[in-house]
Amino acid sequence: MSETDQDLYAGSADTNQGRVFTVTGQDWDSLVESISDSDTADERVVVNMGPQHPSTHGVLRLILELEGETVTEARCGIGYLHTGIEKNMEYRSWVQGVTFCTRMDYLAPFHNELTYCLGVERLLDIEEQIPEKAQVMRVLLSELNRISSHLVAIATGGMEIGALTVMTIGFRERELVLDLFELITGLRMNHAFIRPGGVAQDLPPGALDEIRDFIALMKKRLPEYAALCNANPIFKARLENVGHLDLAGCLALGMTGPVLRSTGYAWDLRKTQPYSGYEDYDFDVQTWDTCDSYGRFRIRLNEMWESLKIVQQAADRLADLEGAPVMVADKKIAWPSQLAIGSDGMGNSLDHIRHIMGESMEALIHHFKLVTEGFRVPPGQAYVAVESPRGELGAHVVSDGGTRPFRAHFRDPSFTNLQATSVMSEGGMVADVIVAIASIDPVMGGVDR
Amino acid sequence: MSDEEKKDAPDQPATEQSPENQPPENLPAETGEIEVVGQRTGMFGVKGTGDTSGYGGLVKPTVFPGAAQRPYGGWFDKVADGLDGLIDKVVIHRGEITFHISPGNLVEAAQKLRDDPTLRFELASGVSGVHYPDDHDRELHAVYHLLSMTWNRRIRLEVAVPDGNPHIPSLVAIYPTLDWHERETWDFFGIQFDGHPALTRIEMPDDWPGHPQRKDYPLGGIPVEYKGGSVPPPDQRRSYS
Repeated sequence: MSETDQDLYAGSADTNQGRVFTVTGQDWDSLVESISDSDTADERVVVNMGPQHPSTHGVLRLILELEGETVTEARCGIGYLHTGIEKNMEYRSWVQGVTFCTRMDYLAPFHNELTYCLGVERLLDIEEQIPEKAQVMRVLLSELNRISSHLVAIATGGMEIGALTVMTIGFRERELVLDLFELITGLRMNHAFIRPGGVAQDLPPGALDEIRDFIALMKKRLPEYAALCNANPIFKARLENVGHLDLAGCLALGMTGPVLRSTGYAWDLRKTQPYSGYEDYDFDVQTWDTCDSYGRFRIRLNEMWESLKIVQQAADRLADLEGAPVMVADKKIAWPSQLAIGSDGMGNSLDHIRHIMGESMEALIHHFKLVTEGFRVPPGQAYVAVESPRGELGAHVVSDGGTRPFRAHFRDPSFTNLQATSVMSEGGMVADVIVAIASIDPVMGGVDR
Repeated sequence: MSDEEKKDAPDQPATEQSPENQPPENLPAETGEIEVVGQRTGMFGVKGTGDTSGYGGLVKPTVFPGAAQRPYGGWFDKVADGLDGLIDKVVIHRGEITFHISPGNLVEAAQKLRDDPTLRFELASGVSGVHYPDDHDRELHAVYHLLSMTWNRRIRLEVAVPDGNPHIPSLVAIYPTLDWHERETWDFFGIQFDGHPALTRIEMPDDWPGHPQRKDYPLGGIPVEYKGGSVPPPDQRRSYS
């Protein structure tokens, strides 16, 4: 070990401020020795953590200034997962945009799709025409998605503090939700299922039974999390009073979602500004009053119960809506094609192909125009926000009257909430930085878009 | 039209009447200035000699929703009263209200919106840039979304600056959450937020040239070859304007 000029991997560093030490393994003793030997020794160390680090929740880079084990300053470096989704959407049709934005926050794909589609529908002025079944399916999928997202939040949060059992059972249950997604949409992630005007496809046969089985199973499994964690002294010791942020801090920093609700303020867009018919469901907004990571954990756990209640109600309503349309009736907007399972897997429905090729010239024209060109959206702008598992997820959609989004911007809650990293972790221990960030539950795909 | 109404109507056909002859309900509403931010040409994406449809010569202006007149209705008027003298234009479209504000009035307006007990927009949901290359001297727009949790209202502020002098005062002192959002808008559009504590790039690398979300910045990409065919990159495919 020596100073940087001998680092095999990084070459000579460009920095000319202070001394840079590189540790490559099994040489901590000599590092400590060399620091304590020097006259200029001070306890202040700047540590770069990430972007490739198992406990930073994805490609998040943290720059921590430490004094001993105490963090004096914490800063985030982001942008490692920037893929230009918003720019790319400007070069595809309005419907194709769904395929892009579903990939942003990859743990909450349905919420991404939903906020974008609600924005497009507001610009098209068809908000009132979305069929009831499409609305209920959107709610059903959003709430299943909230469960799967919270499961990952709890699982990875547990893993990062060493509670590996929480991780394994969290991913076990998440797999069940993903199986449901696969059954309903054909894909486990990146579904592009919610489309402007409705949803892509009707529920497949047997889906409601699977959903009911899932609800019954989750009612047995969710108490396991409570039994494992809620009163676990080690778990509580790691989470309680860590990552403290009060209501004033939350509002100043634009925090929403479980972090805001952990201050005791019951702000949930599903209740305060209902969309997709959330006003028709019976559920409670979960709050906690400790402003800390433990409260956020308990909120997520309780929200999964509330989501189960909503899923149950949505499933009951869907049982009465068999055969109802799932796409807006306007043939100039509704995606024409339906998918069906054939001998070679899922593909275009043969009934639809027979209809457009043999029966209706008009249907063929609509199909051709919508698939190649897409529909036009009247000029204007709209901002619609939904309550994603992480907070307010909004889409600012601008149209210039063309067949493509003129601009689509997403207000991602992970991006905004990550700003609280410094406030939550400065003055605490290094190990608590991890807990604070896990309680924000950022998803870097959404942060960087 | 009933027979009695016809008797009272002027003799000439409606199309030849001068506006003052028309009954008042047929006069166009006074919507203030119409906002034209560009124009689109053609229809099916075919240009040059390949266009046999004739639609290639079509020229249509891109007209955004025009300014609204008072009364705006509901709580819109209350918020507009609170911002009296600071607003250039109010646009109401699809149930959402947009206040167009000049950069000089932005800080005062935001301070009022946050602190006035009748307004109380506690939460800023971020700032998003939009680049209108054909909106002369107002090419770069910064769009702020504000939320009042007290009153459960949402409004939008829109500030337009010329491409040549893209300076907007920073609102970080009023809404600290806008820190990263303003950095993102600087990164992607090149709008400079004066007074921001550290206006550096956030998504792109520090040494990146250009501002990628602007309309004059190319998307990039290479043709993809597949089974003998070649698919051009997305920005070079046929676009249906």
